[in-house]
Amino acid sequence: MGSGLLEALGNPLFSFLRTALIAGLLSSIIFGIVGTYVVTKRITYIAGAIAHCALGGIGFALYARHELGWTAFDPMLGAFLSAIGSALLIGAVVLSRSEREDTIIGAVWVTGMALGILFVKKVRRAGVSIESWLFGNINFVSDRDLWMVSLLGAGVLLLTVLFHKQFVAICFDEEFARARGLSVPVFYLLLLCMTAVSVVLLVHVIGIIMVIALLTLPPAISSRLARGLPTMMLCSTGLCALFIVAGMEISLRLNTVVGPTIILVSAAAYFAAFMMIGRFNR
Amino acid sequence: MAAALEFNNVDFSYDGSTPIIEDASFGLDKHESICVVGPNGGGKSTLIKLVLGLLKPQAGTISVLGRPPDESRAAIGYMPQSLHFDPRFPITVLDVVLMGRFGSGLHLGPFRRRDKEAAEAALERVDLDGFTRRRFSELSGGQRQRVLIARALVDEPRLLLLDEPTANVDQTFEKQFHETLRELATEMPIVLVSHDLGFVSSWVEHVLCVNRHVHMHPTTSISGKTLREIFGQGIVAVRHDQDCPPGEHVHHRGGDCDHHSKHG
Repeated sequence: MGSGLLEALGNPLFSFLRTALIAGLLSSIIFGIVGTYVVTKRITYIAGAIAHCALGGIGFALYARHELGWTAFDPMLGAFLSAIGSALLIGAVVLSRSEREDTIIGAVWVTGMALGILFVKKVRRAGVSIESWLFGNINFVSDRDLWMVSLLGAGVLLLTVLFHKQFVAICFDEEFARARGLSVPVFYLLLLCMTAVSVVLLVHVIGIIMVIALLTLPPAISSRLARGLPTMMLCSTGLCALFIVAGMEISLRLNTVVGPTIILVSAAAYFAAFMMIGRFNR
Repeated sequence: MAAALEFNNVDFSYDGSTPIIEDASFGLDKHESICVVGPNGGGKSTLIKLVLGLLKPQAGTISVLGRPPDESRAAIGYMPQSLHFDPRFPITVLDVVLMGRFGSGLHLGPFRRRDKEAAEAALERVDLDGFTRRRFSELSGGQRQRVLIARALVDEPRLLLLDEPTANVDQTFEKQFHETLRELATEMPIVLVSHDLGFVSSWVEHVLCVNRHVHMHPTTSISGKTLREIFGQGIVAVRHDQDCPPGEHVHHRGGDCDHHSKHG
């Protein structure tokens, strides 16, 4: 059995752990806020498609970097571009009502993944694999991630402070919001872009595949307790941070992969809350 | 003085070929209220969306409070059908009512003090003062409908547009609810989609039958009681020949209201 998180944080050999922990805690704020909108607006599957689609951008960036010599093309940039692109694409199709929502979600989902895998398999250089992007690789976490999380987090916070009531209005009752003259398409697309930013943030800690669990399970638990959305956001942020810390602690002690461990901790808490709160509520 | 509502030869279809509303003409005065009836799929919701300016007619003109619908939108107090709410949505009663305060403009940051005062006043009007901090999902069906009325009232509307406000309300509360509406009808014109013509007919001046074609009927000469005696409780349509001199109405065009149908 390995040592716990506290001792490991003091060990200079494991400085990446400290960076990962800080990145996780900072991201919790964004996850708590954006996840609350995602859960109440019921767009978990759109978030899932956006996350998986980011893989397309990652794959292309890795290919461009190692095979085409575009050394400046960072996989994170590729992830952001394809996540935002898929968010706008799904959003535009949903708003135009020209296709069934779940059908376009599925189509974008698989296209992104297929492109990502296709490009990565064309990279001949050794040591480049898709796996650490799919499931996370905590060794990849760097100080640059911290800057990125802080900067994008500040952006999400600012948008929330400015437009929270508009987001609440479209989450609760889109038809009424439209009747009151609110530009529903603008705020809907903005919300999807905020979701796109969030799912890419923790790619090194959690990976692309399972990140929607951390986005949606804490708000799902909080929604049963909270009276309003602000409380739900605070509560979700706290739970998200707790799951990350607990997951890292467990993964160190049992020597398991960090990402899936954090996700399993969240899922266990969700199912426990589902059974307990459900019993008390009704 | 401009009319509350005026439709002149309005045609509408979603796909350009199947008409949903055809050649609709009617007018509503500023001191009058109207009950919209008709079968499901007959075009009632489309009519509401045309009044709100969310849909544009292919032909004809619509004027709301003397102006085009999208210019008047801020002055319309709207209550949509409540069927599509997520019953688990965590939101307080006050926050639901505040959503009515998006008039025009960008509205950056949180709601202001005067918005909250307006919301509290609107809740008082529907006898829900003291409910501001309650969770919306904890309320009974009737209380929720009253919250939605408060949300429609919070921006000081000059026209109320209510889409099946009593759909999920239990019978005991229904009467009380219509008392609230009757009171509001003395202050502003109300356009109400409802199956409960029996309750409504005592305070609306007109009944509007919508089934692709649109026909307006006066209700002044029949009381709610007689209507109920004639049609029973679950009335879905008006017999057009009931209250009009013979020959004044032409009903042989296709797709009219089913003039003799009842249910329930």
